[in-house]
Amino acid sequence: MENDFLIQINGVNKTFPGVKALSDVDFTLKKGEVHSLLGENGAGKSTLIKIISGAYSKDSGDIKFSGKSVNFSSPRDSIEKGVAVIYQELDLVPTLSVANNIFLNREPKKGFIFQNRAIIKNAREILKKLDTNIDPFKKVKTLSVADQQMVTIAKALSQNVKILIMDEPTAVLGPEETKKLFNIVKQLKKQGIGIIFISHRLEEIYQIADRVTVLRDGEKVITTDVKNKNDPDIRQIIKWMVGRELTKQFPPKKNEIGETLLEVKNLTKKGVIEDVSFNLHKGEILGIAGLIGAGRTELARIIFGADAHDSGSIKFENKEINFRHPTKAIRSGFGFITEDRKNTGLFLILPVKNNITIANIESIIHSGIISLKQEKKKSLDLSESLNLKPLNVDITTRSLSGGNQQKVVVAKWLFTQAKLLIFDEPTRGIDVGTKYEIYKLMHELSSKGIGIIMISSELPEILGISDRVMVMRKGKIMKKLTTKNTDQEEILYYAAGGGEKSA
Amino acid sequence: MPKKINWKNIRNYGSLLALIALMIFLGIASDRFFSARNLTNILRQASVVGIMGVGMTFVILTGGIDLSVGSTLALSGCVGAWLMKGGMDWPLALILSLLLGAFLGFTNGFFIVSLNIPPFIATLGMMGVSRGFTYILTNGAPIYGFAEGYRNLGNADIFSIPIPAIIMLLLYLVYFILQNRTKFGRFAISIGANEEAAFLSGIPIKKYLLLFYMNLGLLAALSGNVMAARLDAAMPTAAQGYELDVIAAVVIGGTSLSGGQGTVIGTLIGALIMAVVRNGLNLLLVSTYWQQVIIGFIVIGAVAFDVLNKKIKN
Repeated sequence: MENDFLIQINGVNKTFPGVKALSDVDFTLKKGEVHSLLGENGAGKSTLIKIISGAYSKDSGDIKFSGKSVNFSSPRDSIEKGVAVIYQELDLVPTLSVANNIFLNREPKKGFIFQNRAIIKNAREILKKLDTNIDPFKKVKTLSVADQQMVTIAKALSQNVKILIMDEPTAVLGPEETKKLFNIVKQLKKQGIGIIFISHRLEEIYQIADRVTVLRDGEKVITTDVKNKNDPDIRQIIKWMVGRELTKQFPPKKNEIGETLLEVKNLTKKGVIEDVSFNLHKGEILGIAGLIGAGRTELARIIFGADAHDSGSIKFENKEINFRHPTKAIRSGFGFITEDRKNTGLFLILPVKNNITIANIESIIHSGIISLKQEKKKSLDLSESLNLKPLNVDITTRSLSGGNQQKVVVAKWLFTQAKLLIFDEPTRGIDVGTKYEIYKLMHELSSKGIGIIMISSELPEILGISDRVMVMRKGKIMKKLTTKNTDQEEILYYAAGGGEKSA
Repeated sequence: MPKKINWKNIRNYGSLLALIALMIFLGIASDRFFSARNLTNILRQASVVGIMGVGMTFVILTGGIDLSVGSTLALSGCVGAWLMKGGMDWPLALILSLLLGAFLGFTNGFFIVSLNIPPFIATLGMMGVSRGFTYILTNGAPIYGFAEGYRNLGNADIFSIPIPAIIMLLLYLVYFILQNRTKFGRFAISIGANEEAAFLSGIPIKKYLLLFYMNLGLLAALSGNVMAARLDAAMPTAAQGYELDVIAAVVIGGTSLSGGQGTVIGTLIGALIMAVVRNGLNLLLVSTYWQQVIIGFIVIGAVAFDVLNKKIKN
């Protein structure tokens, strides 16, 4: 019985200067189980993971691997014990082939010479086990994110992994790819591998997890079996996570749909989007669903003037527009909250106030000179209205949490007094409590008459927030649906190519 | 104004403290260091690097670099001198020389913005091109003997402060305001902090990059004229290797080579440090060969400090 446990953690403590990151946390992982680790950002999930993988050392407490006490001092120790971590940022070498990545630094060789044939052969075997048809010769950078993740898993498997830790693996995947990943996870379970699974998408635990542990403020709240969709109930889980009752995952709608704001007709860019037509009304939230690579972000960039298109027309407030640069779009009242906050949305090393005012800096310039006083006051007012924490616009944006960074991006477009906002994956990597705030904010914006286009890979979010849904696939619009008359299954059906005319 | 000490300030204090410590040390090591003559000399020497340094600051803030400044200085200076020798009045020759500098900077910017050539390579190429044209124009020989009005630009004093130093200090005042209170500075820092985010925030990146390189070319030409006026000669070999001094002044002043962080005041301090170091080495009779070695190590040290500093902050 004792040997069924891959990991037994008893009363682990970890303190960072000024923060108690973990206090008296217990955690176990059995052979062949998926144990989901839940908690808001800052609850201690990553700290626990890093202690298990040897990146941090514990202050006190006991950790047993397969019944034996261990004390890791570096990740190397945990790798020897068969622990592999798959981080969100995949650590692959983009310019090397799939096979070379899988066996990086463990290449079979004679003397100094790599045995390339053996590398390819072994890679092929492992990939076959994973039931994928990824070409081992292909360079990693040419693969989709989902395939890259598969390569990371293959790499872990090639090292005789016993414990696989997956940190938000589905954040970058669409519904179809997620399904595929879960099938592989189930297969790994059968081989007796224990899996620690972290996700912000709570509904996923019902599909995959055997047990769930909830952390809050560095303490373990509960560990419990996942029996069925009602036990534990999703609302109960949220309550454990945030420590208070969040009666609803999504706030009530109060928007009124007004006249037409945006009219897109036959928009086409070769190889990217094809013949896209749709309308957006004032005060409306239009969801765009689809798999990764369906052309949703590309469509948004074209509308925003960041990329050019080949043909088709866009009308905004009944006027024909053709933006060649985002500057024009922003002046007309467009705002774009990109999916990748850190790389395309924010100036992380600059203060919060700079980030908020940059897109409409003209409004605080008087005879050529920026009014620093107005900049501070206006950005502070906006931050306050969005409940930014901490409420300080002089600190660098890097020091904020993901949810608060997202608020800064939103504040930037409120400062431009945008009339149309494009939210691309608005809650990626954001915890439950803050998600609710972002949703509430979107509703408030729409109730003021702002038209919102929301691109999302999270179907519950699409269903919970939008008034209408547009399903895209391979750059084309497959179907337009009214949210209250549809469900996840129908959206998935069209996203995966159902109803496609056979050529 | 609330007084807050943040990291950026500490870094500026750091270079200021280094400057003061250096001056105290040299004051003790050589009794000639604190003489009025020597101090004005330092200011005069600092001005050539300092004037270019303020332009280089904006280029480096965007995450770029310009290795052609020394060559731009030489070509602009020699063309101005050539025009004067051909009988042109010095004010007109000066303006044409400055316009040439701006044009050379524009060429750098054009290669970088329109052809997507990395700044390092584009300006390395232009470094050779401009220097080559300088030799073609002058046949390798200096052009000397200018009108008095022109020579005053490099030699005269106002209230015993050399005019080059006054030009430099006025420029720093103007660019201090440009950096902190106008789009010019705000966009430079934003482009350097995150170019894609800057693009999606509506900043006309290409236009501003062109502007920053043109501005630096113009200032390099101004330095070239100040130098020619001081020496009463325009040398085709002028300012060879000065790109190192200019970049050093900017980096020592706390501007990050990866862009997005830095101040013009820091660069002023950096330019003064460079001038004091060179002056001190001369006073201490260190050979010019060893001076090169020492300056080289100072640059590496300053960049290493910047990299370490980033690591600590992350």
